[in-house]
Amino acid sequence: MSDVSFTVNGKRVSGSVEDRTLLVHFLRENLGLTGTHVGCDTSQCGTCVVHVDGRAVKSCSMLAVQASGSTIVTIEGLANGADLHPVQAAFKEHHGLQCGFCTPGMIMTATDMIARHPQGLDEATVRAELDGNICRCTGYHNIVKAILAASQAMAKGAKGKARQAA
Amino acid sequence: MYSVNYHRAASVADAAKLLKRGDAKLLSGGMTLIPAMKTRLAAPSDLVDVSRLKDLQGVKVSGKTVTIGAATTHYDVSNDEKLKKACPALAHMASLIGDPAVRYKGTIGGSIANNDPAADYPAALLALGATIVTNKRQIAADKFFKGLFETALKEGEIITAVTFTAPAKAAYQKFRNPASRYAIVGVFVTKGKEGVRAAVTGAGDDGVFRSKEIEAALAKNFDASALDGLKVPAKGLMSDIHASADYRANLIAVMARRAVAAANA
Repeated sequence: MSDVSFTVNGKRVSGSVEDRTLLVHFLRENLGLTGTHVGCDTSQCGTCVVHVDGRAVKSCSMLAVQASGSTIVTIEGLANGADLHPVQAAFKEHHGLQCGFCTPGMIMTATDMIARHPQGLDEATVRAELDGNICRCTGYHNIVKAILAASQAMAKGAKGKARQAA
Repeated sequence: MYSVNYHRAASVADAAKLLKRGDAKLLSGGMTLIPAMKTRLAAPSDLVDVSRLKDLQGVKVSGKTVTIGAATTHYDVSNDEKLKKACPALAHMASLIGDPAVRYKGTIGGSIANNDPAADYPAALLALGATIVTNKRQIAADKFFKGLFETALKEGEIITAVTFTAPAKAAYQKFRNPASRYAIVGVFVTKGKEGVRAAVTGAGDDGVFRSKEIEAALAKNFDASALDGLKVPAKGLMSDIHASADYRANLIAVMARRAVAAANA
């Protein structure tokens, strides 16, 4: 057993876990954050993606103790109260989900992707960047549309803020 | 996963000490080890995490000499501006490993220590004539990769960095398995002061290897046309559900031609 502590979605949390506990299980079972899913459990499908210290990683392939001391953001930490995060809003607007199982991982991957491409995204880049996220409803078309729309909305938002600051 | 004891090493020396416990294994990105433990293919008693050691992280470029810390992630290698100038082929290769989430975690040291017969880095380091630096010695890539999942590393030895001289020309081309993202065939070619080197991953029965046929053809003329009609022997190549040895032999020639064309572009 090891003592672990994290900042999860802005809150300090700590606990005691078996060293073999996967981060995804700690999030789901200890913290009750069941938005992060377990799909393939072999690090291929990406439905378990969360942000650890600002990087989108697969929480099914990482031990909770490995992440101890880190800042973690899960799907539950994106919205600001009742206001959806722009990526969540775009998935809703463009119907970027069918059964919804892959959606948390898609959105966590998309927010990381958009942050890494401040110059903007094109369809080919989005599709290549979604390499590690599988949608078994095969609803990729609208997922790609949603990510492109969110990327544009967020770039406009950032410019608006810059103008306000100036 | 079987029960395991996790330790976070404070230094390389501390990691070496912790490695003496039971059946301890080093843990870096964990992109191979953790899945292997989940399926119980690996069951170490202890894990010694070196991924947070600052000494093992980062890319240094000094003139033509490139040094990459063992715990540098594929993401950081693929995005390093100095490396993109000194040896763009290696940065490009790192951008082709796994998927974005895997590249954020997986490390160069972990990849070569594991020496998966379909991993990308072994081909790159063999073709670059790199030197693998450990906490005990320096090992030439030619002597490091010993076979399937086997390396020259001794018990308790820890890779700290890899270093190489940037070649004048280099490129990597990979025909990847769309499900696993590993190479069915990958070919890394380099042309430097000491001549042409071509290393093949994904195909050899005994893991990564240098192709004499490709190197001989390119030594005379480093141009894709020099490989026209090249026959790579299928003997010693893998046959599995993904590809037969004959198909892999053909792919090696195709990937080599594409790599040379990319290196000259």
